[in-house]
Amino acid sequence: MSKILENRSLNMNRRAFLSKTSVGIGVAALGTLLGVNLFRSNESGIITEAGARGSLGLPHFAPKAKRVIYLFQSGGPSQLELFDYKPQLNKMRGQELPESVRNGQRLTGMTSGQDAFPLVGSNFGWNQVGSNGTHVSELLPYIGKIADDICIVRSMYTEAINHDPAITFFQTGSQQPGRPSMGSWLSYGLGSTNENLPTFCVLLSRGTGRPNGQPLYSRLWGNGFLHSLHQGVQFRAGKDPVLYLKNPDGMDSLGRRRMLDKLAALNHKQLEEFGDPEITTRIAQYEMAYRMQTSVPEVMDITNEPEYIYRMYGPDAMQPGTYAANCLLARKLIEQDVRFVQLYHMGWDQHDNLPSAIARQAKDVDQASAALVLDLKQRGLLDETLVIWGGEFGRTNYSQGVLTDANYGRDHHPRCFTIWMAGGGIKPGIAYGETDEFGYNIVKDPVHVHDFQATALHLLGVDHEKLTYKHQGRRYRLTDVHGRIMHDLLA
Amino acid sequence: MKIKWPIIALFFCVILFAHTFESCQPSKSMQSFGQKRLPEVVDFNFHVKPILSDRCFKCHGMDDQTREAGLRLDTKEGAFMALGNAKDHYAIIPNDAVNSTLVERIYTADPTSVMPPPESNLTLTDFEKALLKKWIVQGAQWKKHWSFIPIQKPTVPKVEDEDWVHNEIDHFILRKLENNGIKPSPLASKEMLIRRLTFDLTGLPPSLEEVDNYLNDDSIDAYEKVVDRLLASQAYAERMTTEWLDLARYADTHGYQDDLERTMWPWRDWVIHAYAKNMPFDEFVRWQLAGDMLPDPSKEQIIATAFNRNHKITQEGGVIPEEYRTEYVADRAQTFGTAFLGLTMECARCHDHKYDPISQENYYQLFSFFNNVPEHGLIEKYGGIPNPSMILTKEEMATTLSFINNLDTVPEVQLLVMDEMQEPRQTYVLNRGAYDQPTVAVKPKTPESISSFPKELPRNRLGLADWLLSKENPLMARVTVNRFWQLIFGQGIVGTPDDFGNQGSLPTHPELLDWLATYFMENEWNVKQTIKYIVQSSTYQQSAKIRPELLEIDPDNELLARAPRTRLSAEMIRDHALATSGLLVKKVGGPSVKPYQPEGLWAEKTGGGGGSTAKYIEDDGDKLYRRSLYTFWKRTVPPPSMMTFDAASRDFCTVKRQNTSTPLQALVLMNDPQILEACRVMTYQAIEKNENLDDRIAYMFRKVTSRRPNAEELDILVNYYKEELQQFESQPENAEQYLAVGAYKQKEVLSIPEMAAYTIVANAIFNLDEAITKS
Repeated sequence: MSKILENRSLNMNRRAFLSKTSVGIGVAALGTLLGVNLFRSNESGIITEAGARGSLGLPHFAPKAKRVIYLFQSGGPSQLELFDYKPQLNKMRGQELPESVRNGQRLTGMTSGQDAFPLVGSNFGWNQVGSNGTHVSELLPYIGKIADDICIVRSMYTEAINHDPAITFFQTGSQQPGRPSMGSWLSYGLGSTNENLPTFCVLLSRGTGRPNGQPLYSRLWGNGFLHSLHQGVQFRAGKDPVLYLKNPDGMDSLGRRRMLDKLAALNHKQLEEFGDPEITTRIAQYEMAYRMQTSVPEVMDITNEPEYIYRMYGPDAMQPGTYAANCLLARKLIEQDVRFVQLYHMGWDQHDNLPSAIARQAKDVDQASAALVLDLKQRGLLDETLVIWGGEFGRTNYSQGVLTDANYGRDHHPRCFTIWMAGGGIKPGIAYGETDEFGYNIVKDPVHVHDFQATALHLLGVDHEKLTYKHQGRRYRLTDVHGRIMHDLLA
Repeated sequence: MKIKWPIIALFFCVILFAHTFESCQPSKSMQSFGQKRLPEVVDFNFHVKPILSDRCFKCHGMDDQTREAGLRLDTKEGAFMALGNAKDHYAIIPNDAVNSTLVERIYTADPTSVMPPPESNLTLTDFEKALLKKWIVQGAQWKKHWSFIPIQKPTVPKVEDEDWVHNEIDHFILRKLENNGIKPSPLASKEMLIRRLTFDLTGLPPSLEEVDNYLNDDSIDAYEKVVDRLLASQAYAERMTTEWLDLARYADTHGYQDDLERTMWPWRDWVIHAYAKNMPFDEFVRWQLAGDMLPDPSKEQIIATAFNRNHKITQEGGVIPEEYRTEYVADRAQTFGTAFLGLTMECARCHDHKYDPISQENYYQLFSFFNNVPEHGLIEKYGGIPNPSMILTKEEMATTLSFINNLDTVPEVQLLVMDEMQEPRQTYVLNRGAYDQPTVAVKPKTPESISSFPKELPRNRLGLADWLLSKENPLMARVTVNRFWQLIFGQGIVGTPDDFGNQGSLPTHPELLDWLATYFMENEWNVKQTIKYIVQSSTYQQSAKIRPELLEIDPDNELLARAPRTRLSAEMIRDHALATSGLLVKKVGGPSVKPYQPEGLWAEKTGGGGGSTAKYIEDDGDKLYRRSLYTFWKRTVPPPSMMTFDAASRDFCTVKRQNTSTPLQALVLMNDPQILEACRVMTYQAIEKNENLDDRIAYMFRKVTSRRPNAEELDILVNYYKEELQQFESQPENAEQYLAVGAYKQKEVLSIPEMAAYTIVANAIFNLDEAITKS
């Protein structure tokens, strides 16, 4: 029976706790806000002081970062146009990719039938930026200017070669759907620090590089098998920023308050009658919903920023729903102590017409991405906020489709690509890892997706091997059974 | 936020050590751990193996790739084997704890030799160590895993309070309650009972007429008559189908990337049809697994096999087809494992199962049954229907296949179905589960550890179905009746319906589980009869009121000293609103529909592709008011209000949903137009059928909760009405706006402010905890 004992003690404590306490709604609400973790016991089912201190004894050690802003560049930005300077490719333009370099790499169905794999270098120029003279594309002048604040990782690699599995892998640690997203893991592990807003907020924007490109899936910010309190909540531009948040027309906030008071009175009567502590939880959820009705529109209102802020983020920042406006919003959410803000910017999938498309796409994100880092810095928030910028894989060094002087495309490439990070315990002003002169294989300091995930968790004070959740008989982790902490990247 | 930790910690301590169990009865002379005491007799399956499995099998289990020190604790031979180069010591020596190295290693303080080792991040509590030691002292009796032991009809235990008992189920439940000194709860009120029963059996609330009829029926079989009426309804079949759609990972789209539409609803209609006519469950499963391989199969039998084509299929341009085809086969094998065996077979895809007796070879042997479909990993023609498929003509749907409700009277549909290749594909063990790393060739076979595969059966899907459904199979019937129990009680007898293996929960009432499994098989797998048997028990008919002492002794209600209080499912909540307002359109089956959904949800996530799923085009008329199981399911952007209430994503086989309470749920119930419109429409009847304010509000209250409000409750709501009426009268434009929700035509039965005030009261009632709770 010890199994039953163990299982029951997990649930029991919360219920019994609620039923015993006279603190009532306040405490129940607390449980809500912290997710279920406050009430979870440690592995063996015994409540310890550590267990009560914060979910599973987390954080495991002193965190460097308290929060995360993840600027996901969906579609697979070309590292060869943006961050990985490969003059050799320009010299060898049009020549065939040597078999020795490809070395058995599987190709996607889009280029596996191609007769030739002509190498192609970037059509764009490069700036040497920062105190180390790091190469960053002329397409990203603003990001170039913050080179001393960011850590560029040129040696990322992944296993998937197509969008759906690759983006799912990055976000959940598995190529197949069903596991919790990174933000959900952190919500589960660390709980919330804000009582009026969700712990894990999601913002979407559409790029101009390839407006009809890759779709997104709501499972990317899904809670998988974790409690649904840990799901990412999408914040949308428009009058109903969180689904069903807005009171119906004809009802104002005072009217809502009146209804909630009647509901609470009636629900309390049920509680007396049935003695079910879940009723107390329900009452508390309504109070949280009510607070969200005020706090979400407040934080979504970006019209009250000073002029210099709009200038920093660029003209798009005044246009709700754009990448720039979302970057500004991300900063506002972080200021409210939201734990994890996940942006997705679509449109980086340049299979053809790459030069013109990537120029537009880069322009969408360059100024605002850099402004976000600088804005956090000037507010003293960068030190405790981890900012991540990157996509799900890189792109090939050969042209997909016909190569002409002005035009080419690039297929998906998993073996090397670039992301950058800033703030929250990341070593600033470095470029890490190296690829070969073909920009095809990593020759120094490879960083796997699971390594990246392990490192991000580490910065938040979480041991990626210990943050587990038992589901269907197995203890799952974000990093599956892999992942190394990349100590070279840590400040 | 400030938290008073010491106080909280104190509460936890008080609570944790507050109960005892039948098999953990206190023993006076025994060492105690808080109030947790060691059982008189330590049972291998119930006490020892859960610890070994959870903390030891990872390195001392099935998987020889990761096995440490040559010790395996998952088999009797391994556990009692001589160890070391000299073969001079033993992990376990029965009756001799002092010389058993297992005891030494778990008790040592030396970090270099303690088990489990520190780097595993696993530990044993003092209580667990003592259990292991006592088991060895008592002779270390080894038993087969409980769920693999063949099902035998247990003897029905005797109870003291014979009067309480209605059928055998109650003997099992009451015996355990009596052993724990707990009394069952009194019978629930008739109103609560019919409400609970109607939701459980049909997913809908009872109508007021149904409640009244039952209240006025004093005959001895009044309850049974209600049960029979509900089981005979189409709504019953829809309710059962809703659960089956999760298990079968049914959806209206392909599930990956652009997530294009597919047509699987004729299969869904077949499931409704099968439940409605009470098809024997073994036949129901056999058709779905292998209907195409039955002798001279009918079209209906082939339609049933769409079950195994409900998995996701990709059309993403760049994929390597074989990689994805392998995923589809794995999905079928996983679904088979979860749904019918209650085992996490998929854990053995990359390596031998860490916890259960399933080797990687076993996994690919099972995989091979599903590997002979003439299919392609990639949908090659964008928007095309992947093969194998079958055309159903309009004429067939009107005649021989008339269970398909071709409401839109489309000329024909093309349904994904199963087919078997003439020459089966050779299946290989795949190294680390990777499609491009085949190693050893394997043949179709089922795990020996479950039950042997009879020689006379063909080694194909049909043979697999026969093996599964034979009475010798120890899992199928147990797993199925456990899900029935879960359907009714919210929680299975085994709390992990998807894991009957070593890592799963143990049954709270193992004999009852076997009793029900036997009952089910002896009665020819009769679903309706088994469900009727369960709901006719006294156990089911108890009140849900939680006596304070029960919160202490059994807060999760595993002993069932009361009926459960569970939140209604996502589908039930929406259907409840539609039914109580009278908006519900009771058509059965047909193409999936698109009711209200916040604008732009599909469009903002599409990459431009997707065809009919690129943009959500809301339906109108009847289609706004169909039951929720007919709501169009786009896997990558599922209906948000349903997901908020814990609907399954349908990405893979799911047999248990979460049951959560979140702020977003409150927002849906307060602001979703579907709910608000239902509240508006509900008031029309309330006003027209009743004369005065009190009666009208009581009527609405009763519609939603199936009971009359008491004086105090009515008072609160009447005052609320008056307050809101005043507000709306002072700002009539607000009243007009509040009423302007939904497509259903507005009626002016009263003044606009009055109508709005009634509507707001209706919405308050619908937001009560009670409104969305079965109790």
